[in-house]
Amino acid sequence: MNSLPLLVTALLAAPRHLLAEEQFNFPPPEFSRPYVFPDTPTPAPRPEWLGVADVVVLAVALALAAYFGLRTRSRRHLVVLTGFSLLYFGFYKKGCVCAVGAVQNVAMALGPEQYALPLVVGLFFILPLVFALFWGRAFCSSVCPLGAVQELVLLRPLKVPVWLNSALALLPALYLGLGVLFAAAGSTFIICRYDPFVQVFRFGGGTLMVFIGIAVILLSVVVGRPYCRYACPYGFLLGLLSPFSREKVRITTGDCINCHLCADACPYGAIQPPTPAPQYLPRAAERKRLGLLIALLPVLVIVGGGLVRLASPLLARADYRVRLAAQVWQEEQGKLTDPTDETEAFAKRGVPTSDAYVAALQVHRRYATGSWFLGGWLGLVLGLRLVSGSVRRHRSIYQINQSACVVCGRCYHYCPLDRQRGLSLTDAPQEDQS
Amino acid sequence: MADEPGKLTRRELIARGVRGAGLLCAAGGLGALVTRGQAENLVWQIDPKKCIACGKCATECVLNPSAVKCVHEHEICGYCELCFGYYVDQRLDDQETAENRRCPTDAIRRAPVEDPYYQYIIEEDKCIGCALCVEGCQQFGNGSLIMQVRHDRCLNCNQCAIASACPADAFRRVPASDPYLLRLKKQGNA
Ligand code: SF4
Ligand code: SF4
Ligand code: SF4
Ligand code: SF4
Ligand code: SF4
Repeated sequence: MNSLPLLVTALLAAPRHLLAEEQFNFPPPEFSRPYVFPDTPTPAPRPEWLGVADVVVLAVALALAAYFGLRTRSRRHLVVLTGFSLLYFGFYKKGCVCAVGAVQNVAMALGPEQYALPLVVGLFFILPLVFALFWGRAFCSSVCPLGAVQELVLLRPLKVPVWLNSALALLPALYLGLGVLFAAAGSTFIICRYDPFVQVFRFGGGTLMVFIGIAVILLSVVVGRPYCRYACPYGFLLGLLSPFSREKVRITTGDCINCHLCADACPYGAIQPPTPAPQYLPRAAERKRLGLLIALLPVLVIVGGGLVRLASPLLARADYRVRLAAQVWQEEQGKLTDPTDETEAFAKRGVPTSDAYVAALQVHRRYATGSWFLGGWLGLVLGLRLVSGSVRRHRSIYQINQSACVVCGRCYHYCPLDRQRGLSLTDAPQEDQS
Repeated sequence: MADEPGKLTRRELIARGVRGAGLLCAAGGLGALVTRGQAENLVWQIDPKKCIACGKCATECVLNPSAVKCVHEHEICGYCELCFGYYVDQRLDDQETAENRRCPTDAIRRAPVEDPYYQYIIEEDKCIGCALCVEGCQQFGNGSLIMQVRHDRCLNCNQCAIASACPADAFRRVPASDPYLLRLKKQGNA
């Protein structure tokens, strides 16, 4: 070996450094002339105040969205704001951090992992929810960059059948539950990993996600906001709050004459037609069914919890520590002959294998508890869905389902009364596309 | 909405209750966030003690080229004539030719300091984060070449794509005020 003499001289030289516990193959040299070590460059991250500026932009955008959606009732203004949000939160901020993903940061901060929620992320999570309490889904309307992509590519909206729409509308609850579980357990942020639009903002990403992103965008051309309606976990939260908002989105500023034009205009199935004339006959039977369903609620919660608890070991495999322990175990049992990258990295750390098992066991326990919550949550959502489906709500006019309305402003100009009144004359001519 | 006035008030009452409760929660959450000492932003970084130089840093990052690059901690370096991060170890005899270099992009600049010591400097614009040099230095050298997330490039994704793929679980979130995990912690760099 050429390096042998070098090695010997190196070993003879006295170690000069503070890294007492570390062993080096080659002690740093003793130079005869004074020598200045070149700097190890460590460029700083984006300064914190820029994050605060993002929060300010978010707040202003939310306020504008509420103003345009509820006061000026101008679709054109909303579209301009949507474009701005797409540029700022999407292309400039590259989609991170956003309120949708912040759900997971909050979940992880509440979970057993040592994680302190950064203030900026917390504000991104809280602000749109507070706005929803007062002015509905202003965030979805024209602030969310994910919503913006879908809103702007929607050209030929197809009507999704009502039954399919309400069945698929349960998926966000599942996605939210899973996202919170994986984040709270400290495993991974699936909502970020499987965000279909973030590759658009970054002009790149994993092949699979680029493919999914293209597919979802193509789908968004003919189906109104498929991600918002059938996947978005944050939209689900906003939809829970918006029915209680102080100011509600209205189709018309006047009295509805049941002309049906608005319902055709809404690409998101958020406008509900009037119910048939009220019948006063089989009320008792209906009451009984409702009572039964409400009694069923706790049963659904418990059964749901128990069922998902059964799947908990499977869910736990989303965690690195569990996967590692399984591989280490297989290797110890001789079932795995070639070490994987994971087991190799673990071996390099030089800790006993029991460490891997203890860590995995701890994660399994988190999932055992968490899966009860997830199952209970799913049971609850399903049960409440059944209950609300069987409550008879009477509508004599066309009404907006506040929970589903994303305040896109499309329906405003379809109301012939508003047109006549000239309330929206400034915007009306542009809005002839369906 | 106006068809059942009695119901309307009840509904409005519930709505007010929900709004009040929601505001209280938001205020409480915000208060907790502000009063807590550490509300600082977090960024991703690689723990060089865990990294096994698998090469995924070059391919998994959402950026191309990756936001992760090789960093040289000169204070730990042996300044060896035969740098295993610089040369492929099998072909030491015929060392001066370009095929014997590890770095595929020729991002490592080698300069003699004094006999027999050589200084190795990373030209960051050329580095693609492939970790080949890190692997060599880890195996046979002092481990002074390490992988680090470069924060002038990193988008600080809420879920780092490399962290999800790293077989060594080497990524973790660190405070933005102390965003590097160098092996040699410098004084006053707290
Ligand atoms: S504002 Fe709401 S109800 Fe009107 S078209 Fe848009 S989503 Fe539908
Ligand atoms: S993915 Fe992990 S193990 Fe591989 S080079 Fe990057 S930090 Fe090192
Ligand atoms: S192998 Fe590592 S320690 Fe040795 S000279 Fe190269 S970079 Fe420095
Ligand atoms: S070998 Fe790879 S990681 Fe090392 S300097 Fe070259 S490109 Fe960068
Ligand atoms: S956080 Fe994003 S940009 Fe930074 S290293 Fe990870 S994947 Fe790359």
